[in-house]
Amino acid sequence: MRQSLINEGALRRNRVIRRLGSVGLWLNPIFAYFFLWAPILILVLFSFNNSRSVASFTGFTLKWYSNILNNVMGAESAFSTEIMLNAFRNSLFVGTIATAISTVLGTMIALAMARGKFRGLRLLDGLLFLPVVIPEITQAISLAIFFKVVFDWAALISGERIFPGFHTIIAAHVTFNISYVAIVVRARLADMDPQLEEAANDLGANPWQAFWRVTFPLILPGVISGALLAFTLSLDDFVITFFTSGVGTSTLPVFVYGLLKLTVTPEVNAISTIMMVLSTILIGISLAMQGRNASRA
Amino acid sequence: MKKILLLLPVLLLLAPLSLAQDMEHEPWTCPEGYEGQTLSIFNWSTYIAEDTVPNFEEACGVTVNYDIYESNEAMLARIRQGNPGYDIVVPSGGTVQRMAEEMLLIPLDMAMIPNVANLIPDLLGAAYDPENTYSLPYQWGTVGVGYSTEVFPDGITSWNQVWEHDGPVAWLDDRQTMLGIAHLFLDNDPNTTDPDEINAARDYLLEKGGNVVTVAADDGQVLLERGDVDIAIEYNGDILQISWDCECDDYAYAIPEEGSNVWIDNLSIPVDAPNPELAMVFIDYILDAKVGADLTNYIWYASPNQASIESGFIDEEILNDPAIFPPPEQVANLFAIIDVGAEAEELINNAWDELLIFLGQ
Amino acid sequence: MPRWLSRARKNGSLLALPTVLWLVIFFVTPLVIVLAFSFMSRGRGGVAIMPFTLNHYERTFDIFFIILQRSIGLAALTTVICLIAGYPLAFFISTRRRRLVQQITLFLVILPFWTNFLIRTYAWRILLGEEGTINSALLNLGLISEPLPLLNTQLAVLIGLVYGFLPFMVLPIFASVERFNFRYVDAAHDLGANDIRTFLRIVLPLTMPGVLAGCALVFIPSVGAFVTPDLLGGTKGLMIGNLINNQFGGSGNMPLGSALSVVMMAVVMLSLLVYVFANRRDRGA
Repeated sequence: MRQSLINEGALRRNRVIRRLGSVGLWLNPIFAYFFLWAPILILVLFSFNNSRSVASFTGFTLKWYSNILNNVMGAESAFSTEIMLNAFRNSLFVGTIATAISTVLGTMIALAMARGKFRGLRLLDGLLFLPVVIPEITQAISLAIFFKVVFDWAALISGERIFPGFHTIIAAHVTFNISYVAIVVRARLADMDPQLEEAANDLGANPWQAFWRVTFPLILPGVISGALLAFTLSLDDFVITFFTSGVGTSTLPVFVYGLLKLTVTPEVNAISTIMMVLSTILIGISLAMQGRNASRA
Repeated sequence: MKKILLLLPVLLLLAPLSLAQDMEHEPWTCPEGYEGQTLSIFNWSTYIAEDTVPNFEEACGVTVNYDIYESNEAMLARIRQGNPGYDIVVPSGGTVQRMAEEMLLIPLDMAMIPNVANLIPDLLGAAYDPENTYSLPYQWGTVGVGYSTEVFPDGITSWNQVWEHDGPVAWLDDRQTMLGIAHLFLDNDPNTTDPDEINAARDYLLEKGGNVVTVAADDGQVLLERGDVDIAIEYNGDILQISWDCECDDYAYAIPEEGSNVWIDNLSIPVDAPNPELAMVFIDYILDAKVGADLTNYIWYASPNQASIESGFIDEEILNDPAIFPPPEQVANLFAIIDVGAEAEELINNAWDELLIFLGQ
Repeated sequence: MPRWLSRARKNGSLLALPTVLWLVIFFVTPLVIVLAFSFMSRGRGGVAIMPFTLNHYERTFDIFFIILQRSIGLAALTTVICLIAGYPLAFFISTRRRRLVQQITLFLVILPFWTNFLIRTYAWRILLGEEGTINSALLNLGLISEPLPLLNTQLAVLIGLVYGFLPFMVLPIFASVERFNFRYVDAAHDLGANDIRTFLRIVLPLTMPGVLAGCALVFIPSVGAFVTPDLLGGTKGLMIGNLINNQFGGSGNMPLGSALSVVMMAVVMLSLLVYVFANRRDRGA
C-alpha cells in the first residue's frame, strides 16, 4: 500500500517533468531556428532597402543588385565593383584548381588506406586528421612563414625573387582540402564490397581496368561530393588565404573582409545574398549526389 | 623635436593662396611602350578617387592591381617580410626614413617624373628625405577628432573631452601618434625613445581609455557613421569624406588645442618592385595638376600640388576648409612623427601590445 | 622493377606517397618552422634570428596570459551554450518520423553554415550596433530609453561564436542520436526508471560519442577565432587570434606570434587528448 503511494507521487512528478520536457523540446528548436535564421533574413531584407540605414526599412529597391549586375554585363561601373568581380574570378580560379588537385590526392590516399597493409597506417590517420582540427590561424601563419623562408632561400640560391600569388594560395587550399576529400571518399569505400574488385581481377581484368571499370564508378558519388565540399571550403576560406595571398590575387572573402570594415553600403548585403544563393545551389547539388549515392547503396 | 620644427614652417606656408587662375591644361599623356604591363599599388584604405586608377589603366593600356592597408606598420611588416610584388607604396614621413635606412626603397628617377615641378617647392627636401631620393609627397593631413555634432553641439576643443566622454569612443590604430598625444600631456618629446617615457605614455593612455570600445584600423569614420561611437580619432580626410557622403552636418572634425600629429604621405617604390619604370610613370601621373586635383576633390586631404591649387581644379570649398588646410597658428601646434630607430620601435610595439591587452580589462 | 617498389605498389603505400609528401611539405614542415621560430630572437623587421631564447614564452605567459585565459574561457562558454542549445535540437531533428521533415529540419541547420563565415558574422554587426536592428526595435517598442551597448563586448563575441559553430555541435549529436535505439528507453521505463534517470543512465551515455565530438569541434575553432572578435569584439572582446595576427602585421614580431601560436596549439592538443581519453573511457564503460 505504502509502496504504491510513493510510486503514485513519483509518477505525478514524472508526468510534470515530462510535460515540461516536451514543452522545452518544442521551444528549443523554435528558438534555435530563429537564432540561426534571423540574422540571415535581416541581411537579405536590407539588401532590398532603399536607404543605407540598417535600422529601418524605408522602401523596396533593386538598385544595389543592379549596381553589381551592371558590371557583370560590362556596363560602366564603379572601380570598387570591378575589383570585387575580379576577386570573384580569382576565387573561382583558385577553387577549381585546388579542388582538382586535392580531389586526386585525397582519393588516392583514401584508396591506399582502404586496402593498404603497410606500417604507419595509424600515423597516416593522425596526419589526415590534424589539418581538420588545427586552428585556422595557426595553419595560416605557419604557411606564411614557410613560404617566406622558402622564397628567401630561393632568392639566395638563384638570385630571383619568387612572389606569393595564386600558387601559394592554391598550395594552402589543397593542404586543408585533402583531409576532407579523403574522409568523404573513405566513408564511401567503407560501404563498398571489396570482393567486387577481386571478382573483376578473377575475370581477367588487370588492376588498372578493375579500378576504372569497377571501383571508380562505385566511389564516384563519394569523389564528387568530396570535390564539392573542397570547392565550397575553398570559396569560403578567409584566414588562410589572407595570409598566403600575393598581389592582385585577393579572393572574394578577402575582398569582402576589407569591404565589411570600410563601407556601410547595402551592396555588401546584396553580395552576401548572391553568395548565399550560390552556396545553396552548390550544397543542393552535393546533397542530391549523396542522396543518389544513398539510394543506390 | 627640433628636427620636426624644420618641417613645420613649410606647412605654415601651405594655407593656400587660392588665386584661382583658369589655366589651359593639357591632359596627361602616357609615355609609349607600357601597353600590356602590370602595376601593383599598395595604398591606404579610402585614399584614392574612384577614377584615378581606371583612367591610368586606360591612358597607358596597363592593368593595375590595387591593395589596401590600414597603418604604416602593417605596410612595413608586409614589405619587410619580402615585398610580395608591389610597385608603389605610400608611407608617411617617418616611415620613409625608416624604410630608406633599411634599404627597403629604391631611388626615384626624376627624369621620368617631370611633373615633380608641380609640387610646392617648400614641401620638397623634408627632413625625412632631404634630397627626395626615395619619396615625393602624395597628400598631407592631420590626426584629430571626428565626432557626432548631435552629441557635441558645442564642438570639441580638447583631448580631455575625448578622455572624459561618457559614451563609446574609437581610437586610431596608429601607435606613434597615439603615444605622441600622451607625450604632449606628459611634457615629453612626442618622438621620445626613452623607455620610461614610453611606458608612462602607455599608462597615461590606459588611464584615459576607459571609454574606448575599439582601437580602429583606419575605419573609425565608418563606426562614427554607423553610430557605434560618438568620437573617432581619425585622419582628417576620412571624417570629411563621410560628411560629404551623407550631405549632412552630423559629423565634424577638430584638432584639439593641445596639439596633434601632422603628416605627409609619400609615393615611394619598394625594393624588389617588379615594374619600377611604370611605377615612376604612375607617380608622374599622380602629380599632374588635374589628376592631383581630382584626387583631392574626392578624398578630402590637402594637396601638395601647387599646380592643382593654382589651376582652380580643386574645389573652393576644400581650399577654404580649415579642417583640410589648417590655419598657420594651428599648424605650429602640431608634431610630426619621425623614425625613432629599431630599439625604440620595439619598445613602442611592446607598449602598444600591452595597451591593447589591458584596455579591455 | 626494384623489389621495394613492387612491394610498395602491392601494399598500397606507393599510392599514398604523393599525398603524404604533399602533407609533409605543406603541413608538417611549416608547423616545425613555427616551432623553431618561437624559440628564436626577434631580428630587424620582426623576422626570427639566432640565438635561441625563451623570451617570447615568458612574455606569452606574463602579459598575454589574460587574453589566453579569456580565449579559453570564451571558447568553453561557447561550447557549453552550443551543447545546451544543440542537444535538444539534434534530438528534435532525429526524432522526426517523416524522412522529408527530418531532412528539411536538418537542412535548415546546415544552410546558414554554407553562407560565408564573414558575412554571417557581419550580419551580427548589423543586428548589434548602437543604431542596429535590435536596438532600434527595442527603442521603438519603448522597452529601453537609450541604446544598449551590445557591439564591441564579450557578449557580442560569444553570440558570434555560438552562431558560427552551433551546427558543429548539432551534426555529430544528430548522428549518434539517430543510431540510438529507443527501445532501450521503453526497457528502462519498464524496469521502473523515471525520465531523468533514463536520460542520465541510458540516453546520455549512449549519445556521448556525439556529444564529445561536438564539444571538440566547437571548442577548437573557438579558441583560435580571429574573424569573430575582430568584427564584433572591440577592445573588450580581444582574443588570442587577434594578437597573433597583430604580430604578423602592425607589431611585426614573428617569433612572438609563433610562440603565441604554439601555446594555442598546445591548448588544442590538450583538449584533443581529453577528448580521446573521454571517448576511450566511454567506450570501455
